[in-house]
Amino acid sequence: MAEMLEHDALATAEAWRAAGRKVALATVVETWGSAPRPVGSHLVIDEEGNFEGSVSGGCVEGAVVGEALELLESGATKMLEFGVADETAWRVGLSCGGRIRVFVEPVA
Amino acid sequence: MELSLLKALNEERAARRAAVLITDTASGEARLVKESEAAGDPLAGELSRRLRSGRSGMLEDGRTFLTVAVPPPRLVAIGAVHISQALAPMAKLAGLDVTIIDPRTAFATEERFPGVSLIAEWPEEALKNIPFDAYTAVAALTHDPKIDDFPLREALAAGCFYVGALGSRKTHGKRVERLLEAGVGSADVERIHAPIGLDIAAASPAEIAVAVLAEVIAALRKGPSMAREAA
Repeated sequence: MAEMLEHDALATAEAWRAAGRKVALATVVETWGSAPRPVGSHLVIDEEGNFEGSVSGGCVEGAVVGEALELLESGATKMLEFGVADETAWRVGLSCGGRIRVFVEPVA
Repeated sequence: MELSLLKALNEERAARRAAVLITDTASGEARLVKESEAAGDPLAGELSRRLRSGRSGMLEDGRTFLTVAVPPPRLVAIGAVHISQALAPMAKLAGLDVTIIDPRTAFATEERFPGVSLIAEWPEEALKNIPFDAYTAVAALTHDPKIDDFPLREALAAGCFYVGALGSRKTHGKRVERLLEAGVGSADVERIHAPIGLDIAAASPAEIAVAVLAEVIAALRKGPSMAREAA
C-alpha cells in the first residue's frame, strides 16, 4: 500500500501535515483545450515551497506555489486561472494552448 | 480542507475503496462520501456516474467540485508460470499493481519474479488477505483446475473488471461445465475471456503476455463488453 501511494500528492499532504508542516493543496478543477494534466490532478505545497505532484506539465507549478505560500499566511482559499489569453500565463509558461483553473486551499 | 477529511479520504484510497470528496470552491467547505454511502446522498445520481467513470469534475453550478478517488487497477495472475514472468513487468509498466498467486513454491520464487508481489499460497488462503474487487483484473494461468477454479469463481462473484483463463477451447469447455456445476450462473461464466488474450496469434509466453495485457487494458478503458468485441 505504501508503494501505491508513493509520489501521491494526497498521501504526501497528510504526511507533511502530520509532521507539523503548513500545507496547501492545489487541484485542477477545470481545463479547456490541450491542458497537460487532467481535472482532479493535485499539487501539494508546504510553507517552505517544497511540492509534490503536478497541476500542469511543469508550466504553472511555480506560480501556483507562489500563490499557495501567500494563502498559507492568510488561511484563505483561491481560484487561479491560467491560459493563453492571460498575460500571467504566458509569463509563467503555459504556452501549450490550454487553459486551466486551479483551486488552492490550505489543509487546516 | 480539514486534515481529518484528508485522512478519511486517504484511508478509503489505501483500502482500495472508492470515495468522492465534494468541495464548495466558493466557501471552501468540503465533505466526503464513501462509495457505500453514495446511494443515499442528495447527489446520488451524479455520484453514481462519477464513480463509474472515475472522473473528477466541476458541477454545472460552477462552484461544486467533485474529487473522485477510485482504486488504481490491479492485476492478479494465478500461476507463477512462464507467461506471468513476462506479464508482471509489462503490466507494471502499464500502471497496474501486480500480484501473483501460486501455491507451488517451486514456481513462486523471488528469483523468478524479482520485485513482484508474490504469494506462495493456495488462492483460498491468499484471497483472505487481498480480496478481489471491481478494480481488479484476474488472469488464471495455471491450466490446473485445483488452482484456477476457485479464484475464477471469486473473480466473477466480486465483479472483477476482467476475468480471463488460459486453455484451449476444449479445456475451457470442461471448465465451463465445472463452474456451472459449482453453481456459477451462465451469464457469469460468459464473462470469462477464454481462450485468454486478444487474438494476435501469440505464440511465445511473452507474446501471450502481450495479448493478455492488451485485453486487460481494453476491458479497463472500453468497458467489459467492448473488450469482448475486441477479442
